[in-house]
Amino acid sequence: MRHVISVHDFSTEDILNVLDRAEGMVDIAKGLAVDDRLKGRVLATIFFEPSTRTRLSFETAMNRLGGGVIGFAGTEATSVVKGETLADTIRMVSGYADAVVLRHPHEGAAKLATEFSDVPVLNAGDGAGQHPTQTLLDLFTIRSEMGRLNDLNISLVGDLRYGRTVHSLAYALSLFGNTINLVSPEGLEMPGEVVDHLKGSGQFGTACHSPEDVIDNTDILYVTRIQKERFPDPVEYEKVAGKYRIDPELVSQGPRNMIVMHPLPRINEITPEVDAMPQAKYFEQAFNAVPVRMALLSMVIGGE
Amino acid sequence: MVQKYMKVERIDHGTVIDHILPSKAFEVLRVLGLSNDKTMSILVNSHSKKGGKKDILKFEDFELSAGEANLVALVSPQATINIIVDGEVVRKFNAEAPKVVRGILTCSNPNCISNQNEPITTEFTLVSDEGHRYICSYCDREIVDLAKCISA
Repeated sequence: MRHVISVHDFSTEDILNVLDRAEGMVDIAKGLAVDDRLKGRVLATIFFEPSTRTRLSFETAMNRLGGGVIGFAGTEATSVVKGETLADTIRMVSGYADAVVLRHPHEGAAKLATEFSDVPVLNAGDGAGQHPTQTLLDLFTIRSEMGRLNDLNISLVGDLRYGRTVHSLAYALSLFGNTINLVSPEGLEMPGEVVDHLKGSGQFGTACHSPEDVIDNTDILYVTRIQKERFPDPVEYEKVAGKYRIDPELVSQGPRNMIVMHPLPRINEITPEVDAMPQAKYFEQAFNAVPVRMALLSMVIGGE
Repeated sequence: MVQKYMKVERIDHGTVIDHILPSKAFEVLRVLGLSNDKTMSILVNSHSKKGGKKDILKFEDFELSAGEANLVALVSPQATINIIVDGEVVRKFNAEAPKVVRGILTCSNPNCISNQNEPITTEFTLVSDEGHRYICSYCDREIVDLAKCISA
């Protein structure tokens, strides 16, 4: 039984295998081709925390492959409010479904779920921990847009300390041989162990506090949300957020082939005017969640 | 003539844990989680021949297993374990930090699932012998201040 818990469980070969399969599923994801390889199978999506893209794209992926979906989003109408443990919830749900997609506020929840589930568990984000399927769809987007996963200058911008997607993305990109720049406000820098890993693998570019410092040497500008709740002073937040606003003027300073990505939701890190620019790829990135998750479901449920 | 006597009697059969860091003997007992029916002597802040102070634990008629002995390293890495048979030291070795610790420790990350009353046993993996650095197998975070995380 194959679980999808952390990007660290994936070898380079595993990642490429998922991306190749996802590429073959784009037409099905768009509804241009019909495929029912998971007909009669059931996916449980249990989300203890809010989500839009992750849950809907998993459910779309399952539906596009002919399967059915059960689950909940928010715990108000479940036995969790009565104090049921996650272990019991997982034991029960794994009896109803052929795979479980879990989002949970506590780090390590997905690992725990694997110990109590009779079916594959897919981690859809556990606290500030891992979100491996986001990393895979980010890699898929990079390969689709740039034609390769290596020899790229990638600038990760925003909250690099708490943003869960950037840690595993930095790690995954380092498997392929890239230069990674880290751009964050003071106090929200990338954790030391990730920086050490990048330096150790010779893929650390630069660390700075302003996107302007790296924009002219960036192939991929990967922007993340700066969360207001990280700042005790709202004035301080506004000051920092203003400095990290990606607008057409900044995007135009980058190389002609540069692309802009964002895991979404964005608040105001990227101004709406950027959406119409050819560099803006974040909505394509959100769509790519569907073929990538279809590939994963076909592998863990369909045994492909 | 000055009469010599020992603060704690020698033992004929059992285990002596020597060179425990001063005032750490009770933490060692906590880590070992031994039943309280053992006959034992506890010497705290004893003068060490090497200078400074140390704690000593002596267990009569009880031999620590290698696995149990290694748990001592979580609290006092320099401790030595002596196995006594018929009044002689038949084996002497240093406690080695265990590669994996199940139970005994609690994760220092309050948001870790292992701290949420789930029916699981904590598990930590040694990532570096230097400074005995352990990572939680659930949340992947490194334990901050090992001594404070001993729950046994």
